[in-house]
Amino acid sequence: MAAIELALGPCFFNWSAESFTDFYARIADEAAVERVYLGEVVCGKRMAFFNKVWPEAIERLTKAGKTVVLSTLALPAKGPERRVVGELAEQGALIEINDLSALLARAGRPFVAGPFLNIYNESSLAHLAARGAMDWCPPVELPLSSIETAAAANSGVTVELFAFGRLPLAVSGRCYHARAHGLSKDSCQFVCDQDPDGMEVETLEGDRFLAVNGIQTLSSGCQLVTLAAADLSQSGIGRLRLSPHTLDMVEVAGHYRAMLDGVHSAEETTARLREMPLPGTACNGYLAGEAGWREVAL
Amino acid sequence: MPVRRKRLELVCPAGTPAALRTAVDAGADTVYCGLNNETNARNFPGLNFSEDELATAVRHAHGKGAKVLLAVNTFARAGAIAVWTRAVDAAQACGADAVIAADLAVLDYAANRYPDLRLHLSVQAAANTPEAIGYYQKTFGVRRVVLPRVLSVEEIARLNQAVEVETEAFVFGGLCVMTEGRCALSSYATGKSPNLTGVCSPPDHVVYEKTSENRLLARLGGFTIDRFDEGEAAGYPTLCKGQFCANGKAGYLFEDPVSLNAAALLPRLQEAGVTAVKIEGRQRGKAYIGSVVRAFRRAIEDLAGDGKANNLADELTALTEGGRQTTGAYRKTWR
Amino acid sequence: MNAFKDGELPNLIKTLLRPAPRLPLAVLLTRAVRRIASRRGDLIERLGPTARVPVAIMPSDLPFSFRVNLDGASARVEVVTVEEAETAAARIRAPLLILLGLLDGTYDGDALFFSRDLVIEGDTEHVLALRNTLEQADLTPAEFAGLHGPAADLVNRATAELLSGARRLVHAPAPQKLPS
Repeated sequence: MAAIELALGPCFFNWSAESFTDFYARIADEAAVERVYLGEVVCGKRMAFFNKVWPEAIERLTKAGKTVVLSTLALPAKGPERRVVGELAEQGALIEINDLSALLARAGRPFVAGPFLNIYNESSLAHLAARGAMDWCPPVELPLSSIETAAAANSGVTVELFAFGRLPLAVSGRCYHARAHGLSKDSCQFVCDQDPDGMEVETLEGDRFLAVNGIQTLSSGCQLVTLAAADLSQSGIGRLRLSPHTLDMVEVAGHYRAMLDGVHSAEETTARLREMPLPGTACNGYLAGEAGWREVAL
Repeated sequence: MPVRRKRLELVCPAGTPAALRTAVDAGADTVYCGLNNETNARNFPGLNFSEDELATAVRHAHGKGAKVLLAVNTFARAGAIAVWTRAVDAAQACGADAVIAADLAVLDYAANRYPDLRLHLSVQAAANTPEAIGYYQKTFGVRRVVLPRVLSVEEIARLNQAVEVETEAFVFGGLCVMTEGRCALSSYATGKSPNLTGVCSPPDHVVYEKTSENRLLARLGGFTIDRFDEGEAAGYPTLCKGQFCANGKAGYLFEDPVSLNAAALLPRLQEAGVTAVKIEGRQRGKAYIGSVVRAFRRAIEDLAGDGKANNLADELTALTEGGRQTTGAYRKTWR
Repeated sequence: MNAFKDGELPNLIKTLLRPAPRLPLAVLLTRAVRRIASRRGDLIERLGPTARVPVAIMPSDLPFSFRVNLDGASARVEVVTVEEAETAAARIRAPLLILLGLLDGTYDGDALFFSRDLVIEGDTEHVLALRNTLEQADLTPAEFAGLHGPAADLVNRATAELLSGARRLVHAPAPQKLPS
């Protein structure tokens, strides 16, 4: 049985360049993760800010022995956005594809199929595997039973399960951060930087429900998937993805590492994570085929 | 001298055989419909076609010179792909003019099994760049792409110059605010994924409640998603058009209850190189289908005649969500 | 001042209907839906599980309601009090002329819902199934009466004119079916 790895997913939020530099320096030095995803996934307008950040982060993380993967936009549309996706696809570094726009340019070289791709079954995963997909992070709404079926039919693909963080639920052509602040998308003043874990969205009756991050809508709830390494292996899962938030991600990774190493049980891991300032109420319902906001026994 | 464009093809919805007959009589060039199971994105109770009804409907439409497209546009459930491939078989068997699909698995099957079967890429595939569209065209021989409702008319014009397939644009009806096929809001609240089951805001999770102040509350999966005062126009119980609190304000965070009406933009869409225009609403009644199809048929004929646009707003207001209309992303200010 | 609330029957007619002969009406309607159920098996199939669920049809301008069960040969229509109707799993409430307009395709159900002329309560899935099945049914007044041939045409035409006149009289919403 191969050891289950940990990955730090791409950060969805508009953090400052300094925050990113500090964050990834600490991840490189301290976090018990094998793999780190870098890059802007949500908003093409933000991309320019971080072009200076990534080279240094890549170097630091690589030196620390982490596998670095460059994530691409979930919804490339404008010319410059498409060019960046195309350039990333054509060069040699490992990339995560989040829109099929990148696939022709990637042409048979290895890539990670990201959670924004609509891969729901064994046959569509096989289609991508035949074109270079080595790893697959399933759409967050896919039940564990379907992930198992797709994994069993594609033994060459490493399945990376979205295990921690607010769930990416939707993307749009419209920016809801700008709209909530009475601004247009073109003159948004990058107000999304005010909410480094997303802008809380409540129902009219005051229930926490969703979170807005520019053109992206996330869950308010925080996905917590805690399963022992043996159970994960049995389901065909080879890696867990932790999605960055402002709480101490080094500590989050430490709890997951202890669980995978068998130091703590799944229940104890949940309890320890719950003591942390999670961005939202714990949830994991999707994996059981239930509503995503629910928390169920897996 | 401007290039004389071909007359726009009018593509219309049908949720029942009766609606299909209504659409054809009202002037539809093409009617799209789905089988009565999870393979299509309007899988509501009492709606859609059995395989026998589909075969009869295709004969009826062809007899009157209209085409029929079968939407097999959800994503196949793992371990049950045969349900989806069977739907493709049914389309081929009854002589449907094309299959509208989004899933790589369904497209792969159709392209390999029936190389002569015409394939349209569903809006659910959310292909909005020349590169993505190129992938579907080169890999599966897709002949037409239904454009995601995130593009402006200017972007559609540029896109049409960069791709070798036909494009089809929505011009009327319900409006997804999120990128279609990339939205898990409904499943987060209810556990049923529109991408997998073909139902957004599944009716068995929708509850309407009248409050003591005679307000109407709409709940989805237990979450209150909208509230209407007495006499205030209502919309579908969809999350993207619900009221929420954010940034200290309550209101329609994502979009108001509103329907798309791009009738006024028909000349610009034609100019932008769009081949076909599409009306949403397989879940709607014959009264809607008849009125909307007839109105757009007239608008297309007028356009071919004197080139004038008609926004059709007055006659179609009663059929729109919240009694309101928008041109959506087609005008850039929407974003 | 408008003497009528939009789409509702005038008070005089409501008063006349109050001591309505409920039992004969129920017998008549039950006979009609059984006739349709036996001739149109496709409709019962389309209804699915909803065929076994009693649905309340509640004309908001009448002092009584209908409880409808469409389960094939045992299909029946009961005339019940408004309170009894409230207990049905799914309920559709609108002025009588609007309900009749839904039956014959004059109105689009979603549009009536948007404008709040139609209220649905309870299990929405059954209301949708019934609505969608009616859309496919193309039911005519003659079918309810079990008539065929020229008599059927006559009854259908006369009823259509009568209803359209009545809708104008009480200021019901304009038909959403545009003239061909």
